[in-house]
Amino acid sequence: MQDRKLDTSVILSGLKLDNPVVPASGTFGYGNEYKDFYDINILGSFSFKGTTREPRFGNPTPRIAECTAGMINAVGLQNPGIDAVIGEELPRLKTFFRKPVIANISGFSIEEYAYCCERIDREEQVGIIEVNVSCPNVRHGGMSFGTSPEAAAEVTRAVKAVTTKPVYIKLSPNVTDIVAIARACEEAGADGICLINTMLGMRIDLKRRRPVIANTMGGFSGSAIFPVAVRMVYQVAKACRIPVMGCGGVETARDVIEMMMAGATAVQVGAANLRNPYASKQIVEELPREMERLGIERLSEIIGCVE
Amino acid sequence: MYKKGTYTILTNEPLTPTVWRMTLEGDTQYFTRPGQFVNIEIEGLFLRRPISVCDYDGRTLTLIYKVVGEGTERMSRMAAGTKLDLLTGLGNGFDPEACGPRPLLVGGGVGVPPLYNLARTLIARGCAVSVVLGFNTAEEIFYEEEFRRLGAEVHVATADGSRGVRGFVTTVLAERGIDCDYFYACGPLPMLRALSEATGDVPGELSFEERMGCGFGGCMGCSCQTRNGSKRICKEGPVLKKEEVIW
Repeated sequence: MQDRKLDTSVILSGLKLDNPVVPASGTFGYGNEYKDFYDINILGSFSFKGTTREPRFGNPTPRIAECTAGMINAVGLQNPGIDAVIGEELPRLKTFFRKPVIANISGFSIEEYAYCCERIDREEQVGIIEVNVSCPNVRHGGMSFGTSPEAAAEVTRAVKAVTTKPVYIKLSPNVTDIVAIARACEEAGADGICLINTMLGMRIDLKRRRPVIANTMGGFSGSAIFPVAVRMVYQVAKACRIPVMGCGGVETARDVIEMMMAGATAVQVGAANLRNPYASKQIVEELPREMERLGIERLSEIIGCVE
Repeated sequence: MYKKGTYTILTNEPLTPTVWRMTLEGDTQYFTRPGQFVNIEIEGLFLRRPISVCDYDGRTLTLIYKVVGEGTERMSRMAAGTKLDLLTGLGNGFDPEACGPRPLLVGGGVGVPPLYNLARTLIARGCAVSVVLGFNTAEEIFYEEEFRRLGAEVHVATADGSRGVRGFVTTVLAERGIDCDYFYACGPLPMLRALSEATGDVPGELSFEERMGCGFGGCMGCSCQTRNGSKRICKEGPVLKKEEVIW
């Protein structure tokens, strides 16, 4: 049988990705830990660790709790700060990653978002800026900007005013009406939406009668949240014209295809990387085989095919 | 460097009512130092289980673990021949070159295992190794004879006095006045802290524990603050120099 060339590429706001597989922010550092496992150039791209203006240590430990088919984290945006990311991480990344990277930016004020995005926008290797308005693990910032349409739109406008690259807003699932927030971002000029960030969760240590996580609550991720992510991707993709990067509980090539059918143009892989450092690589390698099984010739054809 | 690979259980047996020893066969080339750890995938559980390496040679690996929760409980029920997915060669480990001719090794409870390969390495280097092992009670003691067979001078403390010195590892140090030029320790946090104070000006290394997400530096789940900035227990640790620890 003639071996047909299957096309896994997708175009995300003008940026061509060899495949839609993108390790999610917070599970892939700045790429460095994973390059010791495999050549990360096999990926579509990856979203680097949420970066803030100042260096942050983050929350006290324990920051991790296990759940059925998932985990809770309350890292609290630990990162070396925008200066070190631009001065050290990106130059190092360039030595082993040849593709555009997705820059995940977080903040505690509108000004901080704008400041960091303006600076990261000038970095050559940054292909897309992903604005995190959905971190559940910090007070007075992060998620508080992503839980009201007005605040999310305000961040979007401020960032768009100082950047030239595509801006994706990463949304929280911990809201009543995800569509209203996504639409507000779109109207404010967002080039795309990324969803979902983690769901707010909690575990209790029965012997100690205390929360497992030092910060009491944290972000729940892993395969358990996949159906919620698919539902929200579907709702937002139907309601918005801008592209959606799907995220939440993705573990396999079939999950990637499912999320694309729901409306995602690219698909992020998060917690799966932590359990299996080769997870994203294996998904990339499995995609053509799965496409063949399902009779998909060009992956981009299935985006949002579910009515 | 580290490696993900498949390992076959050779033996899996209890040493005490709650502590088990598992030996596995597989690729051990990524271990570079005593005190490193492996991260074990357990079917049905989302997170891997980090377990320190007690000993290894060219083709086998010895792990000693305490049954404390669902993961280690499942491990204790695994039969010989079972295949496990491990990340190996994780963590910095102890520096066997850092000590002089008279190192002291101090282990508390399930913190004892990683000191075994260290003791073997140091004795092979020609060091006169003293070992102090602390347990709650006599029935929890393991590896006392194994350390002795390596040629180490072994002291035991039990909290209830059922064997050896009554008290803690620091009681042994106070009573016996063990002379050393460097120390290596692994055990519960209060023990490490007390030991750090009791050893005064003697430099040393301490191995810490933390809940981990990935075990290889990807998630920042196990970070701690040190005098040399923040470190990941799984990556820049689990072993920290005494002088960099912030208590």
